[in-house]
Amino acid sequence: MLRFLLTRISLIIPTFIGMTMLAFFLIRIVPGDPIETMAGERGIDATRHAALLKEYGLDRPVLVQYGIYIGRVLHGDLGKSMITQEPVLSEFGALFPATIELASCAILFALMLGIPAGMLAAVRRNSVFDHGVMGVSLTGYSMPIFWWGLLLILLFSVQLGWTPVSGRIAVLYDVPTVTGFLTIDSLLSGEKGAFQSAVSHLILPTIVLGTNPLAIIARMTRSAMLEVLGEDYIRTARAKGLSNLRVIALHAFRNALIPVITVIGLQVGVLFTGAILTETIFSWPGVGKWLIEAINRRDYPVLQGGLLLLGGIVMLVNLLVDVMYGIINPRIRRTT
Amino acid sequence: MSAESLAPPGAAPAPPGPFREFWGYFSANHGAVAGLVVVVTVLLTAAFANVLAPYSPTLTNNAAFLQPPAWQQGGSWAYPLGTDAIGRDILSRLIYGARLSLLIGIAVVALSIGVGIALGLLAGFVRGVTEIAIMRLMDIILTLPSLLLAIVIVAILGPGLMNAMLAIAVVLLPHYVRITRAAVISETSKDYVTAARSNGASHFRLMFNEVLPNCAAPLIVQASLGVSAAILDAAALGFLGLGAQPPASEWGTMLSDAREFVLRAWWVVTFPGLMILITVLAFNLLGDGLRDAFDPKLKR
Repeated sequence: MLRFLLTRISLIIPTFIGMTMLAFFLIRIVPGDPIETMAGERGIDATRHAALLKEYGLDRPVLVQYGIYIGRVLHGDLGKSMITQEPVLSEFGALFPATIELASCAILFALMLGIPAGMLAAVRRNSVFDHGVMGVSLTGYSMPIFWWGLLLILLFSVQLGWTPVSGRIAVLYDVPTVTGFLTIDSLLSGEKGAFQSAVSHLILPTIVLGTNPLAIIARMTRSAMLEVLGEDYIRTARAKGLSNLRVIALHAFRNALIPVITVIGLQVGVLFTGAILTETIFSWPGVGKWLIEAINRRDYPVLQGGLLLLGGIVMLVNLLVDVMYGIINPRIRRTT
Repeated sequence: MSAESLAPPGAAPAPPGPFREFWGYFSANHGAVAGLVVVVTVLLTAAFANVLAPYSPTLTNNAAFLQPPAWQQGGSWAYPLGTDAIGRDILSRLIYGARLSLLIGIAVVALSIGVGIALGLLAGFVRGVTEIAIMRLMDIILTLPSLLLAIVIVAILGPGLMNAMLAIAVVLLPHYVRITRAAVISETSKDYVTAARSNGASHFRLMFNEVLPNCAAPLIVQASLGVSAAILDAAALGFLGLGAQPPASEWGTMLSDAREFVLRAWWVVTFPGLMILITVLAFNLLGDGLRDAFDPKLKR
């Protein structure tokens, strides 16, 4: 097991180094001089320009600059935002709980609907229900979620007035930050109505962000279930006289879950991509919206840091899924 | 005398040709046929946009701002799907938008597949350090959330349709490289390649004449799915203001313009998104159908 763990970890190191190189050199392609970009329209005189070049280390050879950069990254220094002058890491840390809260609700929503729907579709193969699930899931997979969000706002917020249009909580509540998750913090604060407000703000973004993963999970559960239902041990279980429910719930479902877990792990990237769009539509103050604002302000250190941080998180989650897979299925451990 | 009449009576009919066989499997899948019909319709709409569209996509009418669709109170058949905030006909913009979206989908996939095949062949044939370098880079691109990487590339190159297409092509690249490399590795060990090699075929000939035609099926499937991904991503970038710039009638850009009117004019928001959904869905259905038809064993 230890050997398996070490091989997996050693595999991600080159990927991480490559990612830092990508983040570093992509920013180098930006046309124009970074100091002049920082100075903006006011312009800058030649001596100050030279001093700043030296201060930021931009007069050194590129490879040396990369060495300095990677040294800083490993110490947790991802540079400062050009606009707010705050360290990128602390800005990210302040906004990340909002994204995590939204993403976890979305994946829960996708699992709670997607797994039962996929299972039922497989059990009743070729029924109307099966075709319905497959049709809805292909539509969900093809859905432009930024449009889907606008449609839901149009229906539930504008026409019916059931849910708020944007934000995380109504402005009249001032909930002290404990965990960063407003649903939990609002409960802890004991303020009346704060929890309801936080939840009602979460509903539409959760549905929008959960739509793509829901479609993928339902499809995956169905095909994994179909494969398992054709196995010999299912026939044996049935031949033993076990009830249909027992065969499906205990024998088939557990084995079908293994590929489904892998797919859930792979949804992290999909969730981050979706979060950028969902947060923009619902003015959700998370890292997705922060990155889009950084683009509009040409705040390159934020973009560079955000790319590295989100990429790093996806990489770690993939590693975790790999390791979990090795724990569930010992055969995988031996092959590496 | 024809070849058929020479066959002895009672012999089994000749096996269907490869295309007939393929079409037999493909046409049995209703979803795939529906997808094909929609794709062809969108293609024709794009080709004859100037004939079909009642107005120019950029023509504004000061007398008809945010006019609702014809069947609603206040609408008129002069503008069947209504007008946008500066009085442009939405139907005409949607029709011309089909041109842009298809152009994006096809150009992006063509670029991605071209570079992808080249890199995949290189990695599969040369192996060693070249392969490791190429595949590591592809792993990194796959690890990063796709839209985020595309956004960063566009942010660096500057917003616009060309840069958005380039960024999406980069994001889609790993799929083609991986498919080509995997197919090359599994094919090169087969006898026909060894035979060609012992006949003195050059590396170039082995790559393009022997091995590549045998990796075509998965590449075609991936290309169909790639077109839908490209259209969806380009629309997302357009929606974020990073793709095609106004007044271009790209569907995502139209949605981005329409966002502020969501509260009072449902039609400016609804129709462009519906077009994206229908087109993307059609390409996905087509891709799924192609996959099943190329690999009938998988389906059974």
